[in-house]
Amino acid sequence: METTIKFYQTDTFTVGNRLLSEAERSVQAGMQRTNALNSGHRACQGCGEALGARFAVDAAMRAAGNDLIACNATGCLEVFSTPYPESSWQLPWIHSLFGNTAAVATGVAAAQRVKGTKTRVLAQGGDGGTTDIGFGCLSGMFERNDDVLYICYDNEAYMNTGVQRSSATPPAARTATTVPVGQHPNGNVFGKGKSVPLIAMAHEIPYVATASVADLRDLEAKVTKAMSIHGARYIHIHVPCPLGWGADPAHTIKLARLAIESGLFPVFEAEHGEITGHRAIREQVPVEDYLKLQKRFAHLFRNPKQVEVIAQLQAIADRNIRRFKLLEKRGAAV
Amino acid sequence: MSTQIEKPFAITLDRNTSLANHTGSWRSKRPVYVDRLPPCNATCPAGENIQNWLFHAESGNYEAAWRSLTENNPLPAIMGRVCYHPCEGACNRGQLDAAVGINAVERFLGDEALKQGWAFAKPAVESGKRVLVVGSGPAGLSAAYHLRRMGHGVTIVEAETAAGGMMRYGIPRYRLPRQVLDAEVQRIVDMGVELRLDTRVDDVLAMQAAEGFDAVFLGIGAGIAKRAYIPAGDASHITDAVSVLHEVEDSQPLLGRKVVIYGGGNTAIDVARTAKRLGAEESIIVYRRTRDKMPAHDFEVKEALEEGVKLKWLSTITEAGEGNITIEKMALDAKGFPQPTGEFETLPADSVVLALGQNVEQTLLEHIPNLTMKWDSVQTDAVMMTSHDGVFAGGDMVAGSERTVTVAVGHGKKAARAIDAWLRGELYQPAPKHEPATFERLNTWYYADAEKTVRPVLDIIRRQSTFDEVVGGLDESNALFEARRCLSCGNCFECDNCYGVCPDSAVIKLGAGKRFAFNYDYCKGCGLCAEECPCGAIVVELEDK
Ligand SMILES: Cc1cc2nc3c(=O)[nH]c(=O)nc-3n(C[C@H](O)[C@H](O)[C@H](O)COP(=O)(O)OP(=O)(O)OC[C@H]3O[C@@H](n4cnc5c(N)ncnc54)[C@H](O)[C@@H]3O)c2cc1C
Ligand SMILES: Cc1ncc(C[n+]2csc(CCOP(=O)(O)OP(=O)(O)O)c2C)c(N)n1
Ligand code: SF4
Ligand code: SF4
Ligand SMILES: [Mg+2]
Repeated sequence: METTIKFYQTDTFTVGNRLLSEAERSVQAGMQRTNALNSGHRACQGCGEALGARFAVDAAMRAAGNDLIACNATGCLEVFSTPYPESSWQLPWIHSLFGNTAAVATGVAAAQRVKGTKTRVLAQGGDGGTTDIGFGCLSGMFERNDDVLYICYDNEAYMNTGVQRSSATPPAARTATTVPVGQHPNGNVFGKGKSVPLIAMAHEIPYVATASVADLRDLEAKVTKAMSIHGARYIHIHVPCPLGWGADPAHTIKLARLAIESGLFPVFEAEHGEITGHRAIREQVPVEDYLKLQKRFAHLFRNPKQVEVIAQLQAIADRNIRRFKLLEKRGAAV
Repeated sequence: MSTQIEKPFAITLDRNTSLANHTGSWRSKRPVYVDRLPPCNATCPAGENIQNWLFHAESGNYEAAWRSLTENNPLPAIMGRVCYHPCEGACNRGQLDAAVGINAVERFLGDEALKQGWAFAKPAVESGKRVLVVGSGPAGLSAAYHLRRMGHGVTIVEAETAAGGMMRYGIPRYRLPRQVLDAEVQRIVDMGVELRLDTRVDDVLAMQAAEGFDAVFLGIGAGIAKRAYIPAGDASHITDAVSVLHEVEDSQPLLGRKVVIYGGGNTAIDVARTAKRLGAEESIIVYRRTRDKMPAHDFEVKEALEEGVKLKWLSTITEAGEGNITIEKMALDAKGFPQPTGEFETLPADSVVLALGQNVEQTLLEHIPNLTMKWDSVQTDAVMMTSHDGVFAGGDMVAGSERTVTVAVGHGKKAARAIDAWLRGELYQPAPKHEPATFERLNTWYYADAEKTVRPVLDIIRRQSTFDEVVGGLDESNALFEARRCLSCGNCFECDNCYGVCPDSAVIKLGAGKRFAFNYDYCKGCGLCAEECPCGAIVVELEDK
C-alpha cells in the first residue's frame, strides 16, 4: 500500500519548500514573481511595509493574471517607491491624495466597467490614510460594494511625516504626539482608537481579513481568495516599522510573529460580516516578549517597570485570544 | 535605460525605474552565505557529511544520498547496524524533540544500495603506485577503498579465510548478517582491489620489498584476548570471548547449559546473548562494579536483559571448579572503587567465558625495527603514519583508538589521504573545518513538529533462539520521514526564506540546487535574511571588514 508522506520538514512555515510540488509553493518562492515593488526603492532597512506590499501585490498580480491597476494613498509606501520621475512599481499605478484613495479606486473600477475590460483594481494605503483621513471614502466604497480590493498596511502610526499617532496606534506606545511624560509616563492612552477590520465587517462586505508579514502563506491565500471575489474587499496587514517602533531592522518579521503569537494582533477572516476562520497561535508568548524589543515601549521597562500597564496590554491580548478563539487549533478557513 | 528629459524645478533624477537607485550604498553591514559544520558531521568518527546525504535523502534521491555518504564511508549497510552513532547524541534536533534517526536512515540507504546493486566507480586514472594493506577489518577495507578511489593499486592480505576482521569474527550475526558484510566487502573488491585470504604476514617490510609495494597500511586490529588468573581445577572449562565468537562463525562451540561470562563490556554482552542462542539455559554476566559503571552501552544491556541474560554485578570470580564457580561479593568504597568483602557464593557454571578486553598481536610489529609503541599499541602521528617512514596504521591497533568500527573506518580514510600525499612527496593537510553550526544559530520557528521513528525490534522469543537480525530497518516512507526531520544545521537547504523576506528583493535565486546570491547593489544590510534563515547559513559582517 502506498503511504503518503505528510511531513515536509519546514511545511509551509518557510517561504518556499523544495519538497513541495510547484503548484503547492508560494508566489514569493517563484523566480517568476512580479516583484511588483522592485529593488531600488527608498524604504528604510528592514521595512515591513515594503515587504508586505510586495507580498500582497505579487499575489494579487498572479491572481489577476497580471491585469491589475493599483491606487496608492500618500504615505511611506508612495513616497519611498515613487519619487518623481522614478518608480519601483511593476504595474499600472496611480497616486492622488492622502485621504481619497478608496474614492479614486472606485472611479478606476467604474472606468473599467464602462470600458468593458476585465482589469482588476487594488487600492492601498497606510493606517493613517485608511483608519483616519481616508476613512470616509473607504466607508463609502464599502457601502456601495465597489469592486475594489483595499489593502491597509498597518504600521501603527503616521510614519512618513515622523511617527505621529493614528487611530491604529496601540495603547502605551510612544509616538511623536504621544510622548510619555510625567510621573507615570504611559505614552498613547488606553481606550481610544478603532479596529477598521471590525468596522469593515459591519458593512457586511463580501470579504474582510487581517494578515501579517510573519505568515506569508496565510497572507497570499487571503489575497488570492479576495481576488476571486467581486465587490468591496478589505485586507488589513500588520507591517512592523523599524524606524517608528525603534526596533532592529532585522527583527521586522520576528516582531510581526510575536504580535500574532502573543494575541496582540489577531489574524482572522470574515465573509459578509461573519468571522469564518482564524490563524491559531502556535507557540503562545507573553506580550512582554513583543514589547521589550521596541523602543516605543521602552518607558514601560524603565525603573520603575510599569507592571500594571503591561498587564493592561496583556489583557487586550487575552481578550483577542478569547474573542477570536486564537488558541483553538481549528485554524484558518483559508 | 534613461532618456534625457527636461527636468522640472528641483528634480535632479532621470526618468527611470528605481533600479537606477543603488540603495546598496546605504549599507554598513552585509549578509554573506556560509556553510557551517553541523554537530552530526563534527562528531562522526568516519567524517561523514551527514547533513549533505540527508539533504539528498529528503527529496527521495536515495542514490545521490548514498553516493554522498560513501564519499567518506564505504560501508553504510554495516554502519547502519553496528555504529554506536555518536552523531545522534550531538544532533541539534535532540534539543527540539528527539535526535534525527541518522543511523536508521544510513542503514536504509545501505540496504537500498545492496538491493539496487549500486556500485562504486573505478578510478578514472591509475597512479601506477601500489599499496599493501595488512588486515581486512574496517580499517583495512576503508584504507583500501579510499586508496583505490584515488587511483592506487591496492592489495589486502588477510590471515583469516574470510574478510571483515572483528565485523565477522567478533560482532555476532544477529547484529550484522553476513550477507550484508559479504556484499559490502565485495563492492570494494570489485573496484579492482586484490584480496589475498589465508595469508598471515609476519615480516611486512620483507613482503613490501619482495613485491615492490610503494607504501604500507597496517590494520591488524586487537585480536588477542586478555586473560586473568583464576585458580581452576583440571575439569573446569575456561575460555575467552574472542575464541567463542570466532568459533561460532564456522561451528557450534560447546559451552554447556549454564554459562558465566566475566566482564562488563560490549563483548561480554555479545557473548552472553550468543550463549543464549546456542541453547544455554542460563547466561550470567559477572562484573566487579555496578551496572551504571559497565562500559557496555545501555541499549545493548537492555536488549540482553530482554532476552533473558542475567547480570550479577559487584562480584569477582575467585575460583572455577567442575560445574561451578566461586564468586566474592564486592562493595564500593568511599571513592567508588570495588573492594572485596570476604563474602563468597557458589554459582553453577558449565563454562566460564572471559571477556576482559583484547591486546594487539605483536609478531608483525616486532619485525619492524624501532617502531614507537605505547604499551601493546602502535603510536601514529597526526596523519596516521607510524615512526617507520611509509608505514601507516589505523583501527584497534593504534594507541588511543576508541576501538569501534567507525573509528577504524575514519582512520583508514585519513591514512589513505596521507598515503596519497606521501606518495607524491607531500604532507597531507586536512581541509580547514567550517565554524560549528550551533543550536543557537537556528531559527527553530520554521521547523514542523515531528517525532522520531523507532526501528522495529524482533520479537523477543525469536531472537533468543536464532541468529536472525534483531533490529529491523525503516521502510521507504519511514526513512523519508526521518530524513526530513533533519534541520540542515548550518547549510542552506533552499527554503527560499532569504529570497522571500528581503524587502529590497536583493536576494537572487539561482535555481534548484544552485542556492542564492546577494545583489549588493540593492541590499541595504538590514539583516532580515540572516535573522529568518532557519538553519543559520547567513552571517552579517561589518562592511569595512
Ligand atoms: C564482540 C565484539 C563486538 C563489537 N561490536 C562493535 C559494534 O557493535 N560497533 C562497533 O563500532 N565496534 C564493535 N566492536 C569493535 C570493532 O569490531 C573493532 O573496533 C573493529 O573491528 C576494529 O577494526 P580493525 O580494522 O582495526 O581491526 P579488526 O576488525 O580486528 O581487523 C583486523 C584484521 O587483521 C587481520 N590480521 C591481523 N594480523 C594479521 C597479520 N599478521 N597478517 C594478516 N592479517 C592479519 C585479522 O585477521 C583481522 O581480519 C566489537 C568488537 C567485538 C570484539
Ligand atoms: C491632506 C494631507 N494631510 C497631511 C499630509 C502629510 N502626510 C503625508 S504622509 C502622512 C502620514 C502617512 O501615514 P500612514 O497613512 O499611516 O502611512 P505610513 O507613512 O505610516 O506608511 C501625512 C500626514 C498629506 N500628504 N496630505
Ligand atoms: S538536524 Fe540534521 S544537520 Fe542538524 S545535527 Fe541533526 S542530523 Fe545533523
Ligand atoms: S533582507 Fe535583503 S536587504 Fe536585508 S540584509 Fe538581507 S538581502 Fe540585504
Ligand atoms: Mg502608518
